[in-house]
Amino acid sequence: MKMVKLAALAIAAGLSAAPGLAEGVKVGMITTLSGGGAGLGLDARDGFMLAVKQAGRSDLEVVIEDDQRKPEIAVQLADKMIQSDKVDVLTGIIWSNLAMAVVPAATAQGKFYLSVNAAPAVLAGKGCHKNYFAVSYQNDNLHEGAGAYVTGAGYKKPFILAPNYPAGKDSLTGFKRFYTGELAGEIYTKLGQTDYAAEIAQIRASGADSVFFFLPGGMGISFMKQYADSGVGLPVVGPAFSFDQGILGAVGEAALGVKNTSQWGKDLDNAANKAFVETFSAEYGRLPSLYAAQGFDTANLLISAMDKADVKDADAFRAALEAADFASVRGDFKFGPNHHPIQDIYVREVIKEGDVITNKIIGVALEDRADAYAAECKM
Amino acid sequence: MTILLFVEQVLNGLQFGVMLFLMAAGLTLVFGVMGLINLAHGSLYMVGAFAAAAVAGWTGSFGLALIAALAAAAAAGALIELVVIRRLYARDHLDQVLATFALILILSEGTRWVFGSFPLYLDVPVYLSGPVTLPGGIQYPLYRLAIIAVGLAVAAALFALIAKTRLGIQIRAGEADREMIAALGVDISKLYTAVFALGAALAGLAGALVGAIQSVQVGMGEPVLILAFVVVVIGGIGSIKGAFVGALLVGMTDTLGGVLLPQVFGLVMAPSEAAALGASLSSMSIYILMAAVLVVRPSGLFGAAA
Repeated sequence: MKMVKLAALAIAAGLSAAPGLAEGVKVGMITTLSGGGAGLGLDARDGFMLAVKQAGRSDLEVVIEDDQRKPEIAVQLADKMIQSDKVDVLTGIIWSNLAMAVVPAATAQGKFYLSVNAAPAVLAGKGCHKNYFAVSYQNDNLHEGAGAYVTGAGYKKPFILAPNYPAGKDSLTGFKRFYTGELAGEIYTKLGQTDYAAEIAQIRASGADSVFFFLPGGMGISFMKQYADSGVGLPVVGPAFSFDQGILGAVGEAALGVKNTSQWGKDLDNAANKAFVETFSAEYGRLPSLYAAQGFDTANLLISAMDKADVKDADAFRAALEAADFASVRGDFKFGPNHHPIQDIYVREVIKEGDVITNKIIGVALEDRADAYAAECKM
Repeated sequence: MTILLFVEQVLNGLQFGVMLFLMAAGLTLVFGVMGLINLAHGSLYMVGAFAAAAVAGWTGSFGLALIAALAAAAAAGALIELVVIRRLYARDHLDQVLATFALILILSEGTRWVFGSFPLYLDVPVYLSGPVTLPGGIQYPLYRLAIIAVGLAVAAALFALIAKTRLGIQIRAGEADREMIAALGVDISKLYTAVFALGAALAGLAGALVGAIQSVQVGMGEPVLILAFVVVVIGGIGSIKGAFVGALLVGMTDTLGGVLLPQVFGLVMAPSEAAALGASLSSMSIYILMAAVLVVRPSGLFGAAA
């Protein structure tokens, strides 16, 4: 079976090399479009496709498939896209465990991978690859920003909690990288847990002066609603994931006043961002989220590289990607040596704008933050 | 840990257990009376939550939302029984698992199609929001107390239904001997639809009650479904009393295990290691409980001997 696959690959490589002409770029987007996490994938896809539509290029083709948030499906889709769709670039994966299943194999086969979201530590450090670019952030960045904010705001005794899985542990590690003071408590909750009564009781009893939590998706919605109803009332800090546009509608007013860290906000003052927020809202009838902004930037990065180089000339195309010569909705944008962004991490506050609950940027948590793993990366 | 904190955690365990009972009651009835494994029970929980969120959004009334949840889940249950489940009674358990798993996918994507991919908003009504002070100075959310009260009331009503009413007699008879009650002239297909709709309504009620303090989203039913199966196995298949005791046991074990284990480990190791190890062990605790119960009583606490 392996031999057959290898032979098929060799034939495919021979065939595609034969014409030897620039025939545009084919992108394979694997993202989550069904099930509980579909909102994130939809936003990333819509942001990406908005940029593609605005560019209006006939030499850019995108194949989109749903990974159902399952690593095995993502791997199958990547194989299919590489072998039968003959894509040049892969993108779209939201979840780190899916990225770990797909990215190393895809880059080893000479494909480019541009991450719209997931950027686990391994791929930034020891497992980095010259064809892998994280356009979003390194996974730890927003938690580091939260740690820096808590330190700067003068809190002395935060209570911190995250789910008991690799990204949860990375989160608390990232937070503690920039907050080194005393902790009122540290809890790992069950992944997928929906009831936080026990944890909230512990927070109340701990004598904490603030709460930091990383609970992505539905977990964060549950926690915030229950926390607000408990009357504990301590200030809350978290990464943007639990306070992003797709989620705030479900949390409601319980989230008002929460500080959260993000590399993007819809009120960031630059021309590219203003145009993006306006066109995205007009096109899809909802405000863009963090994931939409990341998808949009990823597509624009790709298009900027297409303007400079042919994707068949991998070295030139890689150099064009490294230059990151595009108007990011984040304002300044550049890649570090391990192909992860060096960017500002902002602090946002959840506010009510008319009837809509959304975020407003109130300050900078970390300036020009790279990541903790760049030194381990040998490309 | 202070006594007050411990009492608060016991209340949390009780509330969680009562919620699990609402889920497990329907599951164990359907399993006991019809011999059917219904994996789609969690989807009915989701249907209830979505119906409640939609109606609360339109009308602003939480009471109407609860009624809508009961009605929508019961209707969905009856419809599913008539169209799909009815054909599965004579099949073996593997066919039932496959077909009801397909129902999960259909209901999840159908819900997503109707309501979109983003979680819905459903909040605690104003008159039940915020904490109240209990004797001894415990601050406890009023809504959770209300959930405990509703859950206990439903449990009492269900016991009365099974013990005192004609439908209850038929359900008990159906569990004992399906062919015999059909031979005695009971319309077995109507009974099956009624039992299935009853179980679905309870799941829908649980979904709506819990949806107000958790997130109303596609796939919310599956984690609860697994716990409900654990409850059914611990309590003994087909036994409402077993489901009640099992649900409280699982609720208490899960809540108190999650709180106490990290503290016990904290006595001998660094806080962050203790937190991680305690969290890992506490998520196993209910399965260890289930294994322990099955070793002592292979058919569950209140199950009929196999």
